[in-house]
Amino acid sequence: MAEKLSKLNFDKLVEGYKDNFKMYQVLDEKGKVVDEKTMKEFSDDELVALMEDIVWGRALDERTIILNRQGALANYATAGGQEASQFGTLKGLEEGDFLVPGYRDIGVSIKHGLPMHQAFMWYRGHVGGNKYDKDFPMMVPQVVVAGGITHAMGVAFAKKRKNEKNVVLAFTGDSATSEGDFYEGINFAGAFGVPLIVVVQNNGYGISVPVHEQTAAETLAQKGVAAGIASIQVDGMDPVATYAAARKAREYALKENKPVLIETLTYRFGPHTMSDDPKKYRTDEELNEWKKKDPIVRLRTYLVEKGLWEESREEEIKKEVTKEARQAIEKMNQEPEMKIVDLLENMYEVKPQNIKEQIEKYKAKEQG
Amino acid sequence: MANLTFAGAITDALKNALNKFDNTMIFGQDVGPNGGVFRITDGLQDEFGKSRVFDTPLAESGILGMTLGLGHEGFRALPELQFSAFSTEAISPIMGQISRYRYRYGGTRNLPITIRTPFGGGVGTPELHSDSMEGLFGGIPGLRVVVPTNPYDAKGLLLSAIESNDPVIFLEHLKLYRSVKGEVPEEYYTVPLDKAAVVREGTDVTIVTSGFMVHESMKAADKLEKEGISAEVIDLRTIAPIDMETIRKSVGKTHRAVVVQESQRVAGVGGNLMSEIGERCFMELDAPVSRVTAPDTVYPFVQIENEWIPGPEAIVEKVNETIKF
Repeated sequence: MAEKLSKLNFDKLVEGYKDNFKMYQVLDEKGKVVDEKTMKEFSDDELVALMEDIVWGRALDERTIILNRQGALANYATAGGQEASQFGTLKGLEEGDFLVPGYRDIGVSIKHGLPMHQAFMWYRGHVGGNKYDKDFPMMVPQVVVAGGITHAMGVAFAKKRKNEKNVVLAFTGDSATSEGDFYEGINFAGAFGVPLIVVVQNNGYGISVPVHEQTAAETLAQKGVAAGIASIQVDGMDPVATYAAARKAREYALKENKPVLIETLTYRFGPHTMSDDPKKYRTDEELNEWKKKDPIVRLRTYLVEKGLWEESREEEIKKEVTKEARQAIEKMNQEPEMKIVDLLENMYEVKPQNIKEQIEKYKAKEQG
Repeated sequence: MANLTFAGAITDALKNALNKFDNTMIFGQDVGPNGGVFRITDGLQDEFGKSRVFDTPLAESGILGMTLGLGHEGFRALPELQFSAFSTEAISPIMGQISRYRYRYGGTRNLPITIRTPFGGGVGTPELHSDSMEGLFGGIPGLRVVVPTNPYDAKGLLLSAIESNDPVIFLEHLKLYRSVKGEVPEEYYTVPLDKAAVVREGTDVTIVTSGFMVHESMKAADKLEKEGISAEVIDLRTIAPIDMETIRKSVGKTHRAVVVQESQRVAGVGGNLMSEIGERCFMELDAPVSRVTAPDTVYPFVQIENEWIPGPEAIVEKVNETIKF
């Protein structure tokens, strides 16, 4: 570094940045183990459970897309392809750990404990989707993407203050790393030393804008350097790598009271939402290249070889998901429709004069 | 009882709150050893420790994002924004997140936080420090916005705000910090968050106002009295919600209303107040509701701010117009 500086060669200064952020991998695209030591830290049962989760996630994504086409939901941000980023990292958490999801993390939120019919209600635009049990350790899905990181930092601060041995995991995406709140959130987390894990799911696009047009940074993990926090880039299509990274990050965050930034390199196979057409901004060739990295395929290859998995199990999981989703839709349909009166009631704990007046007005209307 | 400045009463309230509620935390830029740029938190870190009163990085959005997270976990977080004019950096957490919190959770959770911040002008701050954004905050459903005008109310309203499980923006007028003094009980007490105060009784006209303009309106009322006009002055105390009942009663008696605000004509709560009075008291009124405001420029450069901010003369003039209508 000193030599580079003495020559004031600015291009040279930038050149080395990404060398510190080599992508971390445990299981390669072919299902071959490239990090034996880490692989040995996982029991067969843990790996099978991981496989079940990502297969479940894919099946739910496919089912939710169908439900949208049927008109049962109002929209959906597809997550197919990102299962390792989402379900792999979630697997690294323990009971009581807190989740701050984004709008694309609904499937993984269900795995975290959100009842499926409520997840569907959120997508349908019904307040019932956000009425959580008092102690459910999750925030409602964040839409203003980087904002959630500052909230997660506040929750992590509280966990540390209350001496609760739990971490907070915030999911976000590549675009969020351009927002001020991303930096404010990780900077505060570093300054205050709180147990926060920020998972930046870099799926290559902010809706349609490719990452290389969003930033001159060659990795998003390196953005953590400015906040002085531990950062790592992980193969976001490798479920064992994301599992390992999150598990280690959890240990570290709790033991050291320090945050960790994990960038997962991933790809969404489907559209941004049901109103998006990805053909406008990316090619079939690119999609097919990423499909070769499919997290389900590589873990299946590994597990089948070990005699721990049969493909027929995937069909069973799909059937289970179809059944679960059907029941969830039924349950959703039984929920009462929203009333303006109820929404007015929800605005304040102690109702001010204007709200009281409007409740009376809408009561008369909605009863009449 | 102690004779305290407006600033001293706020400090006193914070001490009361830190003693009474274990889950309170004060944080913000320079609030620790420095005691805040207006010395409101002076000595609090020494008395209550770094875990209760602490500095943060300079980042308004980060401060309020953290506030939301702490509130979610049950803390009565008491962030200080150094100047309310800097809250433009925090519109996303204020307007996009904090105000919507309870609604989004379907009323299953409360956010018991209070954001304290100095506002208004007239004290010669550098550019972009002074502003009156109460109208903007008051127009955001889900927030309570409090504007105290004297030491007694400042303490009682702040303690009510801290007790409240709804999010509150507590606006402390820059010019009042050291310019007003009053008797303040040492013990804990509250002043309700939805009741305006009739600070001067009168029969000919109602002046509806808040913040520093309450003091300017009282001066105007003195002058008007010498001219034989009896003005009633209402200190709104909270501008979200607005206590229309107190205003309606007063206008029912005086049949005339003048709204006075420090902010510009297009800003503030004046327009809303006028239309509410017009709609609710039309049959009682003997003259159109009118207003005194600052002109529609951005908050002015220091050398001309005292001409820009409305004063007693402008209020007297507007009241006379209303009386002579």
